[in-house]
Amino acid sequence: MEKTSRFDWISTSLKASAVLIFLFIYLPMIVVVVYSFNGNAVNSFPVLTWSVKWYGVMMNDSALLASLKNSILVAVTGTIIGLFLGIPAAFVVDRFSFPGKTIFERIVLLPMILPGIITGVAMMSVFVMMRVQLSLTTILIGHGTFLIAVVMTQVYARLKRLDRAIEEASMDLGATRLKTFFYVTLPNIKTAVIGATLLSFTLSIDEIAVSYFLTGRELTLPVQIWAMLRRGITPEVNAISTLIFFFSVVMIVIVTRLNREVD
Amino acid sequence: MSVNISTPVRNTSIEKKKKKHRFKPRLLILLIPPLIWLSVFLFTPYVALFLNSFWRVDFGTIVHTFTWDNYIKFFTNDLYYGTLLKTLKIASLVTIFSVLLSYPLAYFINFKVKKNKQLMYTLVIIPLWVSYLVRAYAWKIVLGQDGILNSLLISIGIIDKPLEVFLYSPYAVVIALTHIYTPWVLMSIYTSLEHIPRNLQEASKDLGAGRFRTFFQVILPLSLPGVIAGATFAFVLAMGDFLAPQLLGGTSSMLISNVVYSLFGVANNWPLGSTIGIVTLVLVLLILEVTHRLEKRTSSFENVKEQKGR
Repeated sequence: MEKTSRFDWISTSLKASAVLIFLFIYLPMIVVVVYSFNGNAVNSFPVLTWSVKWYGVMMNDSALLASLKNSILVAVTGTIIGLFLGIPAAFVVDRFSFPGKTIFERIVLLPMILPGIITGVAMMSVFVMMRVQLSLTTILIGHGTFLIAVVMTQVYARLKRLDRAIEEASMDLGATRLKTFFYVTLPNIKTAVIGATLLSFTLSIDEIAVSYFLTGRELTLPVQIWAMLRRGITPEVNAISTLIFFFSVVMIVIVTRLNREVD
Repeated sequence: MSVNISTPVRNTSIEKKKKKHRFKPRLLILLIPPLIWLSVFLFTPYVALFLNSFWRVDFGTIVHTFTWDNYIKFFTNDLYYGTLLKTLKIASLVTIFSVLLSYPLAYFINFKVKKNKQLMYTLVIIPLWVSYLVRAYAWKIVLGQDGILNSLLISIGIIDKPLEVFLYSPYAVVIALTHIYTPWVLMSIYTSLEHIPRNLQEASKDLGAGRFRTFFQVILPLSLPGVIAGATFAFVLAMGDFLAPQLLGGTSSMLISNVVYSLFGVANNWPLGSTIGIVTLVLVLLILEVTHRLEKRTSSFENVKEQKGR
């Protein structure tokens, strides 16, 4: 009798703390979504009137829309740079040893590991020293650089698990190395590439620390939201945040599906 | 070229082939574009930051003469090294809280949830993908003067007018950063728990160990590498954060990156800012090196992990 009651106590408290921690993780997101429908301009509790007017305000905010457009432009181009430079780098690092390989691997990973502000100010000082005008291009260069690392790590992890016998079979059958890469290797790491693409896109859309220092006259979405927040809380931010939240959920569902396909 | 397809010896055949492919200079051409990009846009900036840290500012312009002044200033002025110490303290708190929050939830999902385990895990990881800014800013609504916490406490009657201590304080920064980095830690701990073979837990119980003993002598030690990896992540990320402190903390809770931010902004002293950047960089690399070794030492379990991974 005593044993069963103690058993319950442990399990129940574990369950209770799990629920509470889960709530802690989700509370802020729930708050933002709920308050995006708040009719009042002040984020006070409880919400008295409901309205969708902030979504309307958001849709008519030309600065916000322009920054969204800039962000998408940077994210798409940055992802392409990441893929075109990251995949070959992953391939070479996986297949060959060359002098300075360890150093190369470490330096590539630096922008992923180091606080964004350090990479940001370092890049900014170089651009300013070389008298390069800060613009969307400089933001793009910043993003492209850390996305190379993102793509490289994702693709490298998959290449390591790839059975190389299939490539050898392809080459034994007379295919060139290039042909083998496009017809055998690439299809086999397809999901890793798609996953890296989505991850890169999402990271770029959300990036702020590096962008902040490389921003010229045109802002990206997070930098624009940051500027709005500095000016004071506006419920419009809740509306745009809610949309970002649902966009993120859709992205992760796709990525999880892709990963499951592989396993 | 002979192809060995039989699985058991696959590993060794790959090893051999690796050696064969060692020198293929022609394919290293692939490495040239990324190498050029990274040396121009990554390596050069870090070198520039390093060089900058030895210069000084005279009437708002940078004078290119070598000096240790910035480093001396950093380590003797309380405003700078004091802020670094405060940053390390806040980052430690964030790390401890993140681990304390992540572990029970990771344990629960991994060992107690039978149905929809993958779904639960995905739900916990989703916040990682949600805008950093949104997560930091949300705490402003919760902790602010007219915020949820204050209104709630007033309506229950614990306080009779809104408290300002929640927002614009180190507490707000610690809470928000803990919230932001908990999913990272959780992911890391969950992965390490997932790799522990179930039969070890059963064996421990069959041998007469109680639940607590099984946890402390079997599960916890085996999950330590995951805890260390996650904690390192939380610590390093929290250490470099400057947006959440600026949004939620008062002037008293400015962290080291906020100092860098202002030195590259209004204070306009790039050399000193670069010095702090380099100090942070070295500190981060040191932390990574130490924890990497710790991780290796605590993972007594490589082989089993390997087998499970296959």
